[in-house]
Amino acid sequence: MSETALKTAKPYANPYVAGTLLGIVLFLAFLLTGSGLGASGPINRFLVYIEDIIAPQHVNMTPYLIPMAGGETNPLDNAFVFLTIGILIGGFTSGYFNHRLSFTTGKGPRITERTRWGMAFLGGILMGYGARFARGCTSGQGLSGGAVLSVGSWVFLLAVFAGAYSVAYLLRKLWT
Amino acid sequence: MEQLLQAFPGPLPLEAMYGKYVFYLIAMVIGIAFGYTLEIGGFGKSTKLAAQFYLTDMTVFKVMFMGIIVAMVLVFGASAMGWLDYSRVFVNPTYLWPGLVGGLIMGVGFVVGGFCPGTSLVALATFKKDGIAFVAGLTVGIFTFGENIDALFSDFWNSSNLGRFTLAELFDVSEGIIVFVIVVVAILLFGLVEFVEDQVNQTKRHRFLHRKQNLIGAAVLVFLALLVMLKGQPSVEQKWEWMAEVEQTRIDQREIQIAPAEMLEFIENDLVRTVLIDVRDESDFNLFHLIDAQHVAPTDIAEKAKNKYLNMPANTLFVVMSNGEQDATQAWKLMRAQSIENVYILENGINGWLDTFNDLVLESEPLTGNMPVPMKNSLAAGDEVLHYTFSAALGSNYSVADPVIHDHEFVFTPKVKMKVKKATGGG
Repeated sequence: MSETALKTAKPYANPYVAGTLLGIVLFLAFLLTGSGLGASGPINRFLVYIEDIIAPQHVNMTPYLIPMAGGETNPLDNAFVFLTIGILIGGFTSGYFNHRLSFTTGKGPRITERTRWGMAFLGGILMGYGARFARGCTSGQGLSGGAVLSVGSWVFLLAVFAGAYSVAYLLRKLWT
Repeated sequence: MEQLLQAFPGPLPLEAMYGKYVFYLIAMVIGIAFGYTLEIGGFGKSTKLAAQFYLTDMTVFKVMFMGIIVAMVLVFGASAMGWLDYSRVFVNPTYLWPGLVGGLIMGVGFVVGGFCPGTSLVALATFKKDGIAFVAGLTVGIFTFGENIDALFSDFWNSSNLGRFTLAELFDVSEGIIVFVIVVVAILLFGLVEFVEDQVNQTKRHRFLHRKQNLIGAAVLVFLALLVMLKGQPSVEQKWEWMAEVEQTRIDQREIQIAPAEMLEFIENDLVRTVLIDVRDESDFNLFHLIDAQHVAPTDIAEKAKNKYLNMPANTLFVVMSNGEQDATQAWKLMRAQSIENVYILENGINGWLDTFNDLVLESEPLTGNMPVPMKNSLAAGDEVLHYTFSAALGSNYSVADPVIHDHEFVFTPKVKMKVKKATGGG
């Protein structure tokens, strides 16, 4: 699948067109659910679900986890969990129709695939920790909160870009 | 149609109307559209995302900020028309310093890992190996946070909580002005980042301003933002007018006037947080008021509702009271116009409260010492006049301000229907 799929992959949409669609989806989310979009919260809920099966005692004694899974509460009984499942379906669908499904690794020319996987894993850890620290990820905090003028969300957005640009030069070997 | 939209503005109560599973299905459809849009924007490809930070391809900035300004114009446009109630839309609470620190960590993670959480899900769904590794790391990071936040950074994580705090409040201007300024600045920045891309890549193919469709799109957005600004966000009076037909019926049908005994039950109920709002003159309030009642002048109620009551947890019951019902009803309307849920009026006001409990308190708690008691004044008349006299301005230092009644069955029609669902964020 990989080689041929890559060759026939359709070009990406114009960023302003994609952005406009994103804005419309976000608006519909506010209109229909009252909340914006999100991605990191539900991953947390999947995790807590598993944790609650393995160690319910522990979950019931950890203040941060109680609202999600304390007692009889099912952490998956939440609209955002379904939104996340939707993201996977939507991403897959677009990848399928635009011939962009491929078992490949995106990386800079100067590193090996293994290095890239390790760095992706490490970056994922930072992102996961940071997103929970900031009470939301780029979508849930930045995009959604930004559109409804939350001060904290704009501070967060500036911080993400500031954090990224401040280490970009140092880590240029990864990508350039 | 217009009137119907304004009487029942969004966010639509889909969960209450069609049940949980229909609501979840709708959330999933929104998620599908979201995932699809991210994928066609190129957000499933780490090299394209990381290029943002090496200035060679600023798609991340363009798509994100285009998304923000389009959604912003639509949200505040719909709010100006009365189709969407901004007060009930979830606005991420501002936790200033934890948000800043979390953002910085994520920025570093973005360059190291090449994705953000949402985009990594799209990468995973399109089988990208680095996306799979990233999602694995993501779960480890999220798990680590859940396990150590209580022990390590709990105080810091809960610090600088400014609640629902918007840019309009920060700069003390209308939402419309903020929307207009952000739209204009974002479009100027689109031009700038394309210029930077051209410089870095030594190309001339972008040239934002030389493309007709860009200019048309920009003009349309600026025009819409201008309309949003000129139309302005609805005033409290305007919002009441939109809801008046529905809400006035509730007043007339006496669905919102709760008996003193019902209110007492809620005060004693630990599962519900009760906020008692006393809107009488300060002098009457000082003479006598219920325990823990807060004095709010009728002129301040709208402001207070917006800045304080709207931020309170969903299990909060608000009861407004005056000497009778007239002033409390006015305050109730203002509270409703600010989209406060679970707000009621004390039936027959403070006078009704004293009529119900004054004698009973004397029976169940024989006087200790020479503590004064309110005395019925049969000459006092009128809705908003105290029907009792007080020998001193003791505020809530009367037994009847916090009555303990034993062995008495109250007969009343329960009216409180708590709505405990509130829009929340999903991270």
